[in-house]
Amino acid sequence: MATKKLKSTEYLKSLVKTEPAPEEKHRIALLQGNQAVAYGAMDAGVNFFAGYPITPSTEIAEILSEELPKRGGVYVQMEDEIASICAITGASLTGAKALTATSGPGFSLMQEGIGYAKITETPCVVVNVQRMGPSTGMPTSPAQGDIMQAKWGSHGDSPAIVLYPDSVRESYELTIRAVNLSEKYRTCVILLLDEVIGHMREAVTLPDLANVRVISRIKPTVPPHWYKHYDENQKYLSPLASYGEGYRFHVTGLTHDSHGFPTNKPSEAHEMMERLRKKITHNIRDLVQIESREMEDAKIAIFAAGIMSRAAKQAVAQARAEGIPVGILRPLTIWPFPDDAVRKMLRNVDTVIVPELNQGQLIHEIRRLTKDKSDGDLISMQRCDGALITPNEILRKIKEVH
Amino acid sequence: MAKPYEIRLSGSGGQGLILAGIILAKAAVYDKRRVTQTQSYGPESRGGYSRADVIVGDSEIYFPEATQFDCLLALTQEACDVYLFDLKDDGILIIDTTYVKNLSMTAENTFEIPFTEVVIKELGSPITANICSLAFLVKVTGVVKTESLKKAIADSVKPAFVDLNYKAMELGFQLADLHLK
Amino acid sequence: MENIPQKIIHEYLRHDKKFPHVWCAGCSNGIVLGAIIRAIAKMNIDRNDIVMVSGIGCSSRMPVYVDFNTLHTLHGRPIAYATGVKLFKPHLKVIVVTGDGDCTAIGGNHFIHAARRNIDLTVILINNNIYGMTGGQASPTTPHMAIATTTPYGNIEPDFNICNLAIGAGASFVARTTAFHTNEVQNYVRDAIEHPGFSLIEVVSSCPVIYGRLNKKGGPAEMLKHMRDESIPLTAVDKLPKEKVEGKIVRGIIKRVIEPEFCAEYAKLCERVQAMGGE
Repeated sequence: MATKKLKSTEYLKSLVKTEPAPEEKHRIALLQGNQAVAYGAMDAGVNFFAGYPITPSTEIAEILSEELPKRGGVYVQMEDEIASICAITGASLTGAKALTATSGPGFSLMQEGIGYAKITETPCVVVNVQRMGPSTGMPTSPAQGDIMQAKWGSHGDSPAIVLYPDSVRESYELTIRAVNLSEKYRTCVILLLDEVIGHMREAVTLPDLANVRVISRIKPTVPPHWYKHYDENQKYLSPLASYGEGYRFHVTGLTHDSHGFPTNKPSEAHEMMERLRKKITHNIRDLVQIESREMEDAKIAIFAAGIMSRAAKQAVAQARAEGIPVGILRPLTIWPFPDDAVRKMLRNVDTVIVPELNQGQLIHEIRRLTKDKSDGDLISMQRCDGALITPNEILRKIKEVH
Repeated sequence: MAKPYEIRLSGSGGQGLILAGIILAKAAVYDKRRVTQTQSYGPESRGGYSRADVIVGDSEIYFPEATQFDCLLALTQEACDVYLFDLKDDGILIIDTTYVKNLSMTAENTFEIPFTEVVIKELGSPITANICSLAFLVKVTGVVKTESLKKAIADSVKPAFVDLNYKAMELGFQLADLHLK
Repeated sequence: MENIPQKIIHEYLRHDKKFPHVWCAGCSNGIVLGAIIRAIAKMNIDRNDIVMVSGIGCSSRMPVYVDFNTLHTLHGRPIAYATGVKLFKPHLKVIVVTGDGDCTAIGGNHFIHAARRNIDLTVILINNNIYGMTGGQASPTTPHMAIATTTPYGNIEPDFNICNLAIGAGASFVARTTAFHTNEVQNYVRDAIEHPGFSLIEVVSSCPVIYGRLNKKGGPAEMLKHMRDESIPLTAVDKLPKEKVEGKIVRGIIKRVIEPEFCAEYAKLCERVQAMGGE
């Protein structure tokens, strides 16, 4: 199949019919969060997409069905979400950079396959544009109910990398980062979007492609008969061969030894489980990203992710204008949880407010990290009725505790 | 720096309000402003409620959903009844009197125009009421340049429909001129 | 058919890695594995170009023993994984080894959709009429009124006719034989790999240790004799009176047609789109 180099710059030019002035080095476009994910995926080198239509993620599939054939990439609509996660994992083992996109019900169906990608250390990305649940819930309404599922959804212990953007531009950037991390860490990386982010349009300045950093999996340098499918280095990361390149390795969802063959030996099982864990826990600095604003002198902190941080930022700006010392902490990497940064930054505040669109998920992590604070100093703001917590509601809460 | 300008376009599914919101947001991009556009709608593609929010500003826009509107466009009675109370005191209210018959409260600046009736009479179909009312809104609020709106329309609708939408836009401008006098 | 020496089979096994195997004495899986290897050896396919994919179950343990690219996946999902492998590198020969439970119960959806797409996979379904690995529960091909550990009073459900299912779903190559007829297995595997489209081979097999005991079918030899005596070639079906056909295992290539293959069609789509200028 002919591979045609066509990056989304060209697509964006056709999309936004404004010719950027010659001196303008960047690309400006009015983009939807889901569009940004699709372009981010392509700019990160994704050349395989398998998916199943589901609101509110469908635009990602629609764009890739149009764009991937132009680049010689593969788009396939599978019979369900289970097949989708399986197909991207199979393609990845064959050398593809592979991604799928879904929403709550599909994400639930994918959990077993996500666990398989993790135990077999196969790079892939699952985008979950969250909608109101449980079950079919409210397909076009936002919620943040899948935060814990993104970490614990698959059975067994399987440490997770989960990213969470709060804007359209960041949806583009974190999609690229998700693909990069999946390749580097050989795992299934999850990108959580809020429905509002997925469907929101913003004027976005995209970086020059020359400045987009793309990471690809490390290939083995040893001859096939020396190849071990899980040959961890000091960082617990391993090179990865592809099917069809002469390495003839074995992949199984059974607990396996470093060659990939099934084992029941506790010592070998332990080695595998430790690698899965340590490749996350020993690389926290590389994985964690957190945004902090106005935290230097803050006595009140708001901890919020995704669309809730947008409400919080407005509330913080208004409160600051009235002289209230309040700041915001926002995780871009939600798993592994930014323990150290959160602990350090919340040490000097009196009160933490956690607004989230669920019945209380992030609040448990904050409680775990702020044992020195009394329950009354941790305020959980919850909403799950399909609507957003507004900046005014957060502002009122800030004033209440001030 | 001026606070961001918050607009809500509201009505029911199928009236083309989300498209109107996208066009308005694009026009703001052409004006080199900062902009966010969000929407809320029922799971159905036709009927049900539908709204599009556009916030235009010159500094970072934090919360993308309009909460205190500088301008509210209501194309149905239900939308008008639900959202009217979140209009700022000095905000601009624009209603389509084809469908909005009962105005429980008038704003300081209220424009009551039978957009749908007008486009049916002049252009033979109700489908461009969204563009007609959007053009009206642009003219009375000045939130984006009229040339930018024109360009955004051309970039957002199928080539075969550009002329029809331009006619609707011109109608909207004319209606605004009449009411601004 | 000339004999390929046993040595050839051994050349394709991962001797030093994972033997002894997990299969019970008298199991048909080894016979089928031998036939697959002989077919591939005879076709002289570069083993680097073969990907053997399986799900979960006794037969799905096969890939670990052979020196190909091997992918042992989730229960019911091998065809979905294989679809990803094949679509990304269509030149690879992708062979799916699966069982009656794996393919027609939990994996039924993937099975019918891969058949519908006519993607060039070779699916070898080893049908032993029971879930062997979990100890003998009823599967969708457990015969009516047969005994399984979950049908202690006899199975009241009708069973699937797998070949008819595949034909109905659009598979372009469908064959059935038994583990007794090893040369047929070998030949059908060859034909299926050569066939450009979705191929299904149902190999009727035996599970003497569980199914055989529960249903008093005798030992491994008796069960193989049953396959020999109770099966008839497809070519004989029209010649025999109806009562002699009833209840028999019909062996043969039931369907073989050339139809548009999914990977080839996708490549054409890409060419067409790129010729349009991409924009």
